[in-house]
Amino acid sequence: MANTQAMCTSFKVDLLNAVHAFSSSNPAQTASTANTFKAALYLASATVNASTTAYSSTGEVSGTGYTAGGITVTNATAPTSSGTTAYWTPSASLVYSGVTLATAFDAVLIYNSTQSNKAVSVHTFGSQTVTAGTFTLTMPSNAAGTALLNLA
Amino acid sequence: MALVTTTKGEMDESLLDKREGSIDNDNELTRWVEYWLDGELVHRSVHVHLKQNVFSDGIAAMLA
Repeated sequence: MANTQAMCTSFKVDLLNAVHAFSSSNPAQTASTANTFKAALYLASATVNASTTAYSSTGEVSGTGYTAGGITVTNATAPTSSGTTAYWTPSASLVYSGVTLATAFDAVLIYNSTQSNKAVSVHTFGSQTVTAGTFTLTMPSNAAGTALLNLA
Repeated sequence: MALVTTTKGEMDESLLDKREGSIDNDNELTRWVEYWLDGELVHRSVHVHLKQNVFSDGIAAMLA
């Protein structure tokens, strides 16, 4: 099987149902705080793609220093828009420090841990391993057309 | 003296064989660094800069 980069289809439905709060400006939810989003890494042999609806430990990497479920995404920049495109990008790189991930992995799943671990998006990269080191995922520029998530 | 975290603990970089590489394509710019000791990989770190994103086209609201 293979992982495929995509905005998860269930996420698009969730948007229409006002499930996710990427910032404190979320009148559809009772708490005026942003939800917590997390980033989990997946093996190259896994299958995460547009059909993924929620985080699952199936196919997730495992190894020294890595906690199942991944790491919390730094989210200090609220979604915004330019022209007809709305967009959002994590405000810091995703950093997995002091890990050994011996089995090749090639994808990260962004998901909402506040809302039943509902899936947001899958992002793929060349297959990698890490040995007693750090895996860093730097985000693209947070602008219309280049941001990690774009709604056009 | 630079120390490197390895599978054998902190080691002086000068004792290790350092290897580096990169991938640059439409999807990512990736750089990695490896340290080897007597033919054994003892450290590997990777930095991936994502270039591509995910788009959802055609989300439209229709008021009728």
